Amino acid sequence: MTTTVPAETAVRHSSPGTADGPRRRPGRIRRVGLPYLLLLPALLLELLVHLVPMVIGIAMSFKELTQFYIRDWTTAPWNGLDNYRMSVDFNAPVGEALLHSFLVTVAFTLLSVGLCWLIGTAAAIYMQDTFRGRGLLRALFLVPYALPVYTAVITWVFMFQHDNGLVNHVLHDQLGLTDKPSFWLIGDNSFVALLTVSVWKGWPFAFLIVMAGLQNIPKELYEAAALDGAGMWQQLRRITLPSLRPVNQVLVLVLFLWTFNDFNTPYVLFGKTAPEAADLISVHIYQAGFVTWNFGSGSAMSVLLLLFLLVVTGVYLVLTSRGRRTRHV
Amino acid sequence: MRSIRAAAVGAVTMSLALAASACGGGSPTGGGSDDSPKTLTYWASNQGASIEVDKKVLQPELDKFEQQTGIEVKLEVVPWSDLLNRILTATTSGQGPDVLNIGNTWSASLQATGALLPWNAGNLDKIGGKDRFVDSALGSTGAQGQDPAAVPLYSMAYALYYNKKMFADAGISKPPATWDELIADGRKLSQDGKWGLGVEGSNPSENIHHAVVFAKQHGADFFTADGKPDFTSDQAVEGVKQFVDLMAKDRIIAPGNAEYAQNQSVSDFAKGRTAMLLWQSASANLKSQGMSEDAYGVAPVPVQSGTPGAGTGVNSMVMGINLAVFKNTDNLDGATKFVKFMTSDAEQKILNEAYSSIPPVKGAQSDQAFNTPANAVLKDTLAGSAVAAPQVADESQFETAVGTAIKELFADAAAGRAVTTDSVKAALEKAQQQMPTK
Repeated sequence: MTTTVPAETAVRHSSPGTADGPRRRPGRIRRVGLPYLLLLPALLLELLVHLVPMVIGIAMSFKELTQFYIRDWTTAPWNGLDNYRMSVDFNAPVGEALLHSFLVTVAFTLLSVGLCWLIGTAAAIYMQDTFRGRGLLRALFLVPYALPVYTAVITWVFMFQHDNGLVNHVLHDQLGLTDKPSFWLIGDNSFVALLTVSVWKGWPFAFLIVMAGLQNIPKELYEAAALDGAGMWQQLRRITLPSLRPVNQVLVLVLFLWTFNDFNTPYVLFGKTAPEAADLISVHIYQAGFVTWNFGSGSAMSVLLLLFLLVVTGVYLVLTSRGRRTRHV
Repeated sequence: MRSIRAAAVGAVTMSLALAASACGGGSPTGGGSDDSPKTLTYWASNQGASIEVDKKVLQPELDKFEQQTGIEVKLEVVPWSDLLNRILTATTSGQGPDVLNIGNTWSASLQATGALLPWNAGNLDKIGGKDRFVDSALGSTGAQGQDPAAVPLYSMAYALYYNKKMFADAGISKPPATWDELIADGRKLSQDGKWGLGVEGSNPSENIHHAVVFAKQHGADFFTADGKPDFTSDQAVEGVKQFVDLMAKDRIIAPGNAEYAQNQSVSDFAKGRTAMLLWQSASANLKSQGMSEDAYGVAPVPVQSGTPGAGTGVNSMVMGINLAVFKNTDNLDGATKFVKFMTSDAEQKILNEAYSSIPPVKGAQSDQAFNTPANAVLKDTLAGSAVAAPQVADESQFETAVGTAIKELFADAAAGRAVTTDSVKAALEKAQQQMPTK
């Protein structure tokens, strides 16, 4: 590096003006182009892994891609918006089932994200004060988040079994809360089972993020508030939650997207065909595509899901950031 | 400066490499070749108690094939939960095995994809001709009027397995021959925490195998002669209801069976928790679960009245495994040789004995090993009273739609909700509406 500098200045000194331009241009292109060049592998990988399959998926959604054409899907006939029309025709069985699945997913996501956030935040706030065993508890709380999803959910499947599951053993045999052992993996209770596993799996993440956010709130604020006579509840409402706002904004969005799209939990819990009460949209679309061999309609449903999530995310970001801007003014 | 340049060169190289690899990949339109005559890839279905058992059974035979022909066979045993997805993926990408096992009920569906080599007369001649195979087994190799998409490898049938000691304790002298008898026996056996019968309520395929037979016994088919779904005829509804009623009304099946999907009903039977089991070729499976052959008897699956036979006397589907050649194979000649080897009389005898199935090859079927009482029941069923799966392109969708409907009906029954003619009809109606319309 050091050797080039005097040479450059020497050139500049000897010929100011016209000769400067053509000499400097390649250097500038190089300087401006280098970041792009370095980004190129990442960009290509991104294209290869994410964008190209997405575009192919969108193309597939306009095709009649059934078992007769999967061997060479480029020969599948285009059928325009037929797949979409079928997916959103809520009076016909396919659309009706998709709508039902969508509503189940919305309810499930709202409850799961709400509970994850509530439990995670509560735990993080209680863990703020130092006490003996705090480190141990924090580590323990993170265990569900650290466990591999499949292992954890399979364990839950065993616990939820009707005949010799732990849940029925505790609820029915030991506590006597139910008249007879309940079914958790089939029928209406499956929604509760799914929600339980999802919250169990998701809240440690909320706990982790909120805990990190709490570290950034200056202690002085609490001290000043205490001097002014603010109680614990008021401190929470006036200091903690407003200070956590930017953290929560991201946390809720991420939790929402993860929960709404979660495939592993319902798939491992219920297999390829989920009970109606717990028919999450990701498994529903999987079934529409893979199990019934209609990849065109499966793709169309996926595109609809993508659009929905884009709209929700966009609206959410606009609303939350606008709120913040006006508050600052 | 030098390090930046190196990084830039690295970035460009990597980008080029990525672009090149993205352009690679298989072409799904190839029609088979003999480019690599020395190796074959074989996907076997999971027939034994575990994948390890299968490897132990198959590997010595594959070694034998290598000795005879010099072709090395790479074996992969694919679990049932993955097999259909793997085949679909292979079909789509064109990157698959050379030879593979398929469940015979999928024959027509997979035939429609065009991924499997059609066994026309010329190809069949290479393995000894069509006449070597039993007729009922050939009936489950693809749609009628088309060249078979696969050749039969193992034949299986449903039978009623019953626990001899539990029957004796309850004072029952012979296995039930009709459903009324089965229900009466089941009631006697369902007490003290034990149950008469076991089912896999959450396994759609298992439900379908029974539903087809129950419907047939009432005189109904799930597809019309020209291949259109017809799930809601009174007879089909009656048949499905009779099946679910074994739990809902007759109460000879433990409600917990409604969530079984991992062959728990076989373990229950092997452990003496249930007295009867309707299963296909279960002997090897029961043995691996520690149940000795003297402990259980094998009888034909009950019928409505009279004795098993054709028409409404049907008491099993033609179950079994077919062997198919992937059309994209790069060792067509070797693949054909391998099919010939696997369906030869000698190999048929060894393999079917290991899996307690029946050889679909006439020459092997007459062997002593397949004349035990248990096998005699299966053989008679296959010969006289088994019905082939619907050989229509939408068969796999049918398995999912109707199988799932029955799963939900079992869930209702388990939860104590009423299962009525109307609720069964509504469930089947919904299943039918989910079937492809084109």
